[in-house]
Amino acid sequence: MAPAAHLEPLAYRPVRHVGRWVGVGALAVVGAMLVNTLVSNPRYQWDVMWANFTTATTLGALWVTVQLTVVSMAVGAMLGTLLAVMRLSPSPLVSSASWTYVWVFRGTPVIVQILFWNFVSALYPQLSIGVPFGPELLHGDANQLISPFTAAVLGLGLNEAAYMAEIVRAGLLSVGSGQTEAALALGLTRLQSLRRVVLPQAMRVIVPPTGNEMISMLKTSSLASVIAVTELLYSVQIVYSRTFEQVPLLLVAVVWYLVLTTVLSIGQYYIERHFARGGGATGASSPWKVLRRSVGQGHVRPQLTGSGGLV
Amino acid sequence: MVRAERVYKAFGHREVLRGVDLDVARGEVVCLLGPSGSGKSTFLRCVNHLERIDSGRLWVDGELVGYRRKDGRLQELKEREVARKRSEIGMVFQQFNLFPHMTALDNVSLAPVLVRKQARPETRDRSRALLERVGLGERADAYPSELSGGQQQRVAIARALAMSPSLMLFDEPTSALDPELVGEVLEVMRDLARSGMTMVVVTHEIGFAREVANRVAFMDGGVIVESGPPGEVLRKPKSERTRSFISKVL
Repeated sequence: MAPAAHLEPLAYRPVRHVGRWVGVGALAVVGAMLVNTLVSNPRYQWDVMWANFTTATTLGALWVTVQLTVVSMAVGAMLGTLLAVMRLSPSPLVSSASWTYVWVFRGTPVIVQILFWNFVSALYPQLSIGVPFGPELLHGDANQLISPFTAAVLGLGLNEAAYMAEIVRAGLLSVGSGQTEAALALGLTRLQSLRRVVLPQAMRVIVPPTGNEMISMLKTSSLASVIAVTELLYSVQIVYSRTFEQVPLLLVAVVWYLVLTTVLSIGQYYIERHFARGGGATGASSPWKVLRRSVGQGHVRPQLTGSGGLV
Repeated sequence: MVRAERVYKAFGHREVLRGVDLDVARGEVVCLLGPSGSGKSTFLRCVNHLERIDSGRLWVDGELVGYRRKDGRLQELKEREVARKRSEIGMVFQQFNLFPHMTALDNVSLAPVLVRKQARPETRDRSRALLERVGLGERADAYPSELSGGQQQRVAIARALAMSPSLMLFDEPTSALDPELVGEVLEVMRDLARSGMTMVVVTHEIGFAREVANRVAFMDGGVIVESGPPGEVLRKPKSERTRSFISKVL
């Protein structure tokens, strides 16, 4: 509302935030110390770090990390959605099957699961696809079929599915039953109403934690190093075991992980905005806006976001 | 159009419907009145099989709701068959239940495209015409959150009409509205009744019932206590329970 024309602007002396300025000063000192040590401590060996940053080995390993993350996450999201729908099924058998899955895969460390899939050939030396108790269609040696990469995808993806199941379930439950009823009353089937009415609305609840899961998956994929998958961490470990330049090579991994998580956070913002349609408030503030504001005006206003924002 | 014989329904140990008998002729407007918890809404939800009845018989348009008779026995209908029958019955809810992630136009167009497999361009034209009919031609591209309660409920009515239903069910369509918005929704319903639509309306709007309904049925404790032309039931109710209810709401 516009103020009436005859009102003068309020003249007042604003409260002085002494504590805030002291805090800013302290932070500035700590920040300066950090920058100073990063630059002046020669043992960081930034030259070695940059020399290894974009070598073929590093980029190849980076690509493995990206593949591992995307494929495992896709497995987790799809299986997780299926598990969530099963969990909400009226059939107690179907719903307890889903519950049992989550119980097992959420209840054991993911590193153990990765190791387990890697050694699954000890348990089942031969794998075959066919009719249960009937004829076989495909047959193979488990050791050849399950490469370390496959074992890592199985370990990471099946574990992720347990978490995604809970996230998707929370999303589905967040949509009021009136929505399903209205869809059914119009003559939609349960599946149509799930796909067209409930899931799109559930996405608003599902996307922010899924973004977290994706970022977490990117980092957790480094556990594949224990079964000798040459992803980012294992690849730098191989190099420094030869050159003994542990710190700069770990920095290669650190910086690349930071770059990737930043890219993922920005992607998450745009996906969130897409699913905020019709919801009034637009959710998170654009990373560009945050950046521009913080550079331009010297401070960023706190944002009410559904997620952690930039990680 | 609708025929109920001794319809019975319980949730656990709570008996909600205890033998409802009702006949609604084609083109008739019937208002269901009664205190909350008397089973009005549950009965309405049984008519399009959102709730299944425990005993009794319920027909819509001459066909059993949710079942078919085969070799002298009842056989439950498949989901698709139930869905097809529901698509011929329009329902309007107390809380509107518009799909918040779609514009008004998409809300109205969704079911014709998805259920009737109608072509998108024609459906959109028809949906626009329906929004026009409920006085919201201008707001076709608005999301539900940008509309007032009364406007949302009118979109919900247009959405139900998009399936060209032969029967419309209204479950307290004005109870969630601010008083000044009730009129616009009742006006749309009045028009609909004039056009010859068969309507079953659960409502607390006695004025609307008196003016528009061909028949008023008063429900209490899971049964229809009294029914007849609004002039009779509302002015000189026979039963003591009807009398005390009407004296309280008027």
